[in-house]
Amino acid sequence: MPVQVQGEVLSIRKVGAYNAMTVVAPGMAELTRPGHFVAVQVGGPESSMLLRRAFAIYDVKERGVYGGTVEFIFAVHGKGTAWLAARRPQDKLDLVGPLGKPFRLPAQPVTATLVGGGYGSAPLLPLATALRERGCRVDFVLGAGSADRLFGQLDAKRIASSIEVTTDDGSLGHRGRVSDVLPQLLDRTGAEVVYACGPMAMLKAVSEQAAARDLPCQVAVEESMACGIGVCMTCVLPVVGDDGLTRLVRSCVEGPVFLGDRVRWNDIGSLPPDVVGSLNAAGGGH
Amino acid sequence: MSELTLRPAGDITPMPGIDMTTRLASVTFPNPVFTASGCAAAGQELDQFFDVAELGGIVTKSIMMAPRSGRATPRMAETPSGMLNSIGLQGPGIDAFLDKDLSWLSHRGARAVVSIAGGTVDDYAKLTAKLRGRPGLAMIEVNISCPNVEDRGQVFACDPHASAAVIQAVKRAAPTGVPVFAKLSPDVTDIVSIAQACVGAGADGLSLINTLLGMVIDTDTLRPALAGVTGGLSGPAIRPVAVRCVWQVRQALPDVPILGMGGIRTGLDALEFVLAGANAVSVGTTVFGDPRAPVRVLDELARALADRGFERFEDAIGLAHKPPVIHVPEGPDPVGDEPTPNEHRPVSFEGEA
Ligand SMILES: Cc1cc2nc3c(=O)[nH]c(=O)nc-3n(C[C@H](O)[C@H](O)[C@H](O)COP(=O)(O)OP(=O)(O)OC[C@H]3O[C@@H](n4cnc5c(N)ncnc54)[C@H](O)[C@@H]3O)c2cc1C
Ligand SMILES: Cc1cc2nc3c(=O)[nH]c(=O)nc-3n(C[C@H](O)[C@H](O)[C@H](O)COP(=O)(O)O)c2cc1C
Ligand code: FES
Repeated sequence: MPVQVQGEVLSIRKVGAYNAMTVVAPGMAELTRPGHFVAVQVGGPESSMLLRRAFAIYDVKERGVYGGTVEFIFAVHGKGTAWLAARRPQDKLDLVGPLGKPFRLPAQPVTATLVGGGYGSAPLLPLATALRERGCRVDFVLGAGSADRLFGQLDAKRIASSIEVTTDDGSLGHRGRVSDVLPQLLDRTGAEVVYACGPMAMLKAVSEQAAARDLPCQVAVEESMACGIGVCMTCVLPVVGDDGLTRLVRSCVEGPVFLGDRVRWNDIGSLPPDVVGSLNAAGGGH
Repeated sequence: MSELTLRPAGDITPMPGIDMTTRLASVTFPNPVFTASGCAAAGQELDQFFDVAELGGIVTKSIMMAPRSGRATPRMAETPSGMLNSIGLQGPGIDAFLDKDLSWLSHRGARAVVSIAGGTVDDYAKLTAKLRGRPGLAMIEVNISCPNVEDRGQVFACDPHASAAVIQAVKRAAPTGVPVFAKLSPDVTDIVSIAQACVGAGADGLSLINTLLGMVIDTDTLRPALAGVTGGLSGPAIRPVAVRCVWQVRQALPDVPILGMGGIRTGLDALEFVLAGANAVSVGTTVFGDPRAPVRVLDELARALADRGFERFEDAIGLAHKPPVIHVPEGPDPVGDEPTPNEHRPVSFEGEA
């Protein structure tokens, strides 16, 4: 169950192109699992920005000198994240979390490949730690546009058995995409499960490569969200259910983690006629 | 240093001494703060943040006969002090709604205001008939901001005859003792004439207002931001429009109960609607940024009333329509008491009527 907390910024620091923000938010850490996200109010009480911004939770501490903390990694994208980047220690911050369904952990000590794109590695690092604690082998693939947009390579190196890095511009590691190196890595390590978080196009490619090898693959998606708590229906995407039927499901409460082979990647942003209750173009109302 | 705000139900205590009850037609609600349709689903999710039975009522997402996917994404765009949405009435259909959602609300002790939506007059009548004998049903809100498939997709709420036809059909099918509220669209030339048509057709009250049709264009993709091209604008950006609608309808129909909404963010915003003539209010979009907003608004409204010397919520309804109350002490008694030295006499100035 999520909580709403009047938190306080403990620290904010630059990590390459990103910001790492730690907030004192008592009561949230103990509820958080890898893959959960937090929704942050931006702009202050009189803000003209009404909607919360969602961020994957990177690290939590249940208690410390300052009480429980939550840390997330964010890129400045628009007005809300620009405001957030200008916060300073002791500023107040209203958080709701932990939200969503976290990654599911395997019951056996399997070999896992974790694929992160950009800040998408943030929730994968605590996941990797949890997998290692269960005796899993963990291999990482981290990709980004450029070296400064990679996050957590050092942590990943420490936790994982191996790490491969790709950048679009070749500024670090292999020049290209994670999907260029993933197939060989899956085959070489004998991966049994795949986890991924990053841009939608990357998640689609990873899901397909995992499916081609019959590997279970969990992906954390990023859909535009108005409420983050399941009441508004803005964050939906087409997902095939256990009954074989496709529904538009809320990524904030039924996700953000989905099975990669259940998401109809090519139909995101459209309305396939076989979706349950599919609305033909003439329908309306809001 | 940091203050933990967990869910605990009942930690918001209405101001002692203030009677917050309000009557909407035949039903008395314990307080005047409701959720808004489409902004609270059917209450389960918000119950994680506060006890949904503490509100006046939970207005559920407009439900249709059949399960419905809604529109493609993107479905929302944030706008200055507001947002645009184009959900397309996604929902499970009335049968699943009754089994899962309404029964849950009833179990939970909440007062459910069920919002219904259809494409034909007959849809509305059938939906209403399905609500008969359902425990927990306190009120029906009829969302008539839907395209009439029998009239080239013309929105019911934009035509007084079509609006009246829907309300008449719903009233015929409605269980006795359950008020029927027509929810009006502000996107009309004269909202009063639609309100009058609905009341003439038997509406027990009016919900004001639904969203305003708007549009955002993404300057990076050079295309409309929403897949549905246009969407409904909500949030504080529309509040003055909503207050004006409540005011006009209250003036024309002094005795018809009004559920007011549109951009309510604080107790003072709610008070504005009440003073304009609302008998109760719904908190919609604000919930997305603050899931506890409805109970907070209730608490702030009670305090705002207490600060202004009210003892009963209902005494504030429509008060802005009354002539201004001028707090001048009464003049000397005609029988002839001497005014005490520090008492002021009413002063008039040149040119005053
Ligand atoms: C589950 C989830 C986890 C996320 N995790 C991270 C993270 O760990 N680090 C990080 O940097 N970003 C993350 N994002 C994306 C982040 O929420 C957006 O970058 C941010 O909301 C942009 O806000 P803005 O005001 O700067 O941009 P604006 O473009 O001004 O925002 C306008 C509106 O659009 C929404 N929006 C815009 N871009 C996105 C987006 N990419 N995803 C969702 N909503 C968007 C905003 O929430 C806001 O309501 C995540 C998104 C989701 C849904
Ligand atoms: C995402 C969203 C979905 C909505 N869905 C419905 C709906 O299903 N039926 C309805 O009558 N109104 C719907 N509305 C309108 C609200 O109930 C309300 O009338 C309007 O948003 C103005 O109030 P607000 O500014 O407090 O949100 C919706 C509004 C939003 C933002
Ligand atoms: S963001 Fe509102 S339902 Fe998911």
